[in-house]
Amino acid sequence: MANSTLTRMDLSEAVFSEVGLSRYESSQLVESVLNHISEALIRDEIVKISSFGTFATRNKNPRMGRNPKTGAEAEISGRRVITFRPSQLMKDRVNIGNK
Amino acid sequence: MIKSELVEKIAEENPHLLQRDVERIVGTIFEEITLAISSGNRVELRGFGAFSSKKREERMGRNPRTGVSVKVDRKHVPFFKTGKNLRKRLNES
Repeated sequence: MANSTLTRMDLSEAVFSEVGLSRYESSQLVESVLNHISEALIRDEIVKISSFGTFATRNKNPRMGRNPKTGAEAEISGRRVITFRPSQLMKDRVNIGNK
Repeated sequence: MIKSELVEKIAEENPHLLQRDVERIVGTIFEEITLAISSGNRVELRGFGAFSSKKREERMGRNPRTGVSVKVDRKHVPFFKTGKNLRKRLNES
């Protein structure tokens, strides 16, 4: 079933059928996992999930860019961004699965 | 923070759950995401981000040590795009 989009609801449904908690509690747990990851990243921590991948933050320096519509030069401010490095296992599974 | 620390935090907040069950819950979430993008689907978690896979076309690469050209096959790689809300929160502090 390619080309469908999963949401929080699908993840909590998976938790619901795996552990047998209520649907409400399952969705709270999904939310809680996402919140802990977000908060750790905001604190500048690296989040390493074995066999899944690593989330980290990186600082980007300000640089000059161009408004593609008007061509006007504008400074793009420095900012903090998240990088996700998938584990080798995930890379292999994604590559094999999409062949 | 590593996976076991994430499990610990969630277990602390949910004293009625066994640590073993929390491990299964956390594992299930990451497994579902991996399964989805391995079968060509996207996972969209509003505010947090979206996981998908991207196609990389076949290309000629070079062995950096020997300089010999080698063909790199077409492949699919996992991709994560940070959600708007999280991107905003990162730059507020």
